Parts: sequence; structure tokens; C-alpha cells
Amino acid sequence: MAVNVYFEDVEVGQEVPPVVRETDFMNWNRYAAVNDEFVYLHMDDAVAKAAGQGEAFGMGNLRWAYVMNALQDWIGDEAEVRDLSMQFRAINQKHDTLTTQAVVTEKKVEEGENRVYLDVNVVNQDGLQGAPGKAIVVLPNRS
Amino acid sequence: MTTTEEPTTLVTQDMIDAKGVWGSETTSYPVGASDIRKWAIATYWPEKPPQIFWDEEYAKGTKWGTIIAPRDFNPFTWPVDRPKRASAGPVPGQKPKKGENILNGGQQDTFFAPIRPGDVITSRTRLSHWNEREGRHGLTIFTFTETEWHNQDGELVKRRISTGVRY
Repeated sequence: MAVNVYFEDVEVGQEVPPVVRETDFMNWNRYAAVNDEFVYLHMDDAVAKAAGQGEAFGMGNLRWAYVMNALQDWIGDEAEVRDLSMQFRAINQKHDTLTTQAVVTEKKVEEGENRVYLDVNVVNQDGLQGAPGKAIVVLPNRS
Repeated sequence: MTTTEEPTTLVTQDMIDAKGVWGSETTSYPVGASDIRKWAIATYWPEKPPQIFWDEEYAKGTKWGTIIAPRDFNPFTWPVDRPKRASAGPVPGQKPKKGENILNGGQQDTFFAPIRPGDVITSRTRLSHWNEREGRHGLTIFTFTETEWHNQDGELVKRRISTGVRY
């Protein structure tokens, strides 16, 4: 999947195929292991409850990774994600089914790059959009 | 009778002193292909990660010529020396005091050179600014921290503005 999409072929309003994950400790513990992120809030229900969060919850940066993966899978290996910003507003609770969202809002040539602007988010099974943000990807020309 | 007064600010003198001042640089161990593969497996779990993150033969045929790391890869994990973190959050058996609860509020990253196996990444960080307001958990402070990563050739790899939430 070296190149999946060309600049000329992208249209405003286009939706990026989502990444969908049911999340629990199987996802979170693997992420904790590679990111060396052993924080009680993500491991211990009692600690998370004492902090006012109900039960242990998922890492914001794992939702970040899901959005990054959705973008990268869409554009292909040789195109680049230039910028990604997200706010982690809602908590990712155990057994949530998360779905990434990314919609093209603008495309333009800027600083010599074919830039595509997108609104991004991560929505749970109840329709709660908990991680709003924006992204820029850089795409090659078809010719 | 004793009373516990809520603080009127969560801004500390350390924060005031650190504002706008780049801290000392941190340098990663050389990035291993195995580090990249494991990161990709964890973040794509339970699906198989793309070949560019683990298949050297495949990667040779791309414009990169080698495996690259996912853009969200963190090369600073698992240091041998473990400096005590001031912000690891609440722990079992203790009711957190005001200001000891922390959350990751989000971030903005701009990406430049990709990370490849063998790269050594240097990071520097500074506290940019903050704001306080009343939130769902009472007085809450949002701190904004700027981080830059460069590789061993001096190329900019990433610039990040991260948002920390403390209440």
C-alpha cells in the first residue's frame, strides 16, 4: 500500500475508512508495555474511582494511535501525516467500542505540499464524540 | 477542630520559574527494529500492522528504503535510570489531594523526518503557559508544554504542544 490516494482524487466531505476497536485491558496493557506507561488510573479500578472517574480507563494516546492508524492506512506508506491535534475530552471506558472519524474539510497546495485538511474524532458505541481534533496529510500527485 | 482549605491556585513556584525555559536534553537509546515492530503490533492490536513497520524487504521497495516507525512512536520508553515522576497520578490506598489528579488533555503534533531503526532521538521540553478555571472537579489547571525531537543528523522529527490537566 505504498500510495493509496492521490491529491487530485480527494474531495471535501470525503470520509476516511474508520478504525474500530473494542477496548479493554487487552489493548491497554499492550500499549502500557510498549509506551512504558504504568499509571494506576489505567490499571486499578479503585484508584480511578477515588479520582472521580468510575473505573480504570484507557489511555488518550491509544485513541491518538487509532486516529493516526486510520489516516496512515488511508493515505498509504509513502504519504505523510504532517500534523495531528486532538483533545481527550471523554474517558475511554472498559468495553467501549471506539470508531475513528476523519472527514476532509479542505485541500490546498501550501509551502510546496499538497495538503489535505481533516476534522477527526473518536466516537464510542453511544455516539459520544470524545476526542475532537484536526489533521493535515500530504499526498502525492497522480502524474 | 481542623479544617482543610481548598487552594485558591494550582500554580506552583516551580511552574513560574520553569515557564519558557528549555529543560535539559534527553537522548534516547538507538531505536531498534524490534521496538518499532512491537509498537505497531500494540497499536494495531488485534489486527496485523502494515509491513512498512516490520518487513525490511518490503520497506526497501518504498521511498523510505527502510522500515520506519509509526508517527506516534515513542523512542524514550524503558530507560534504565528511572527518575521519580512528579506527575504519575494517584496511587492505591491514598485519597488524592487537591491538584494531585492528572489527566492527559491532548496534544498537537507536527511531524517531519520519520524515525528509522538506529536513530538516536534527542528531546527538549519547556513549559509554555497555563490557565486555570473551575471545572467538573472544581479548580482545574491546564498546562501547555512544548517539546521538540531531533535525530542524530540534527533533523527535526517532531514538534508537540501537549495539554496536561490537573485538578
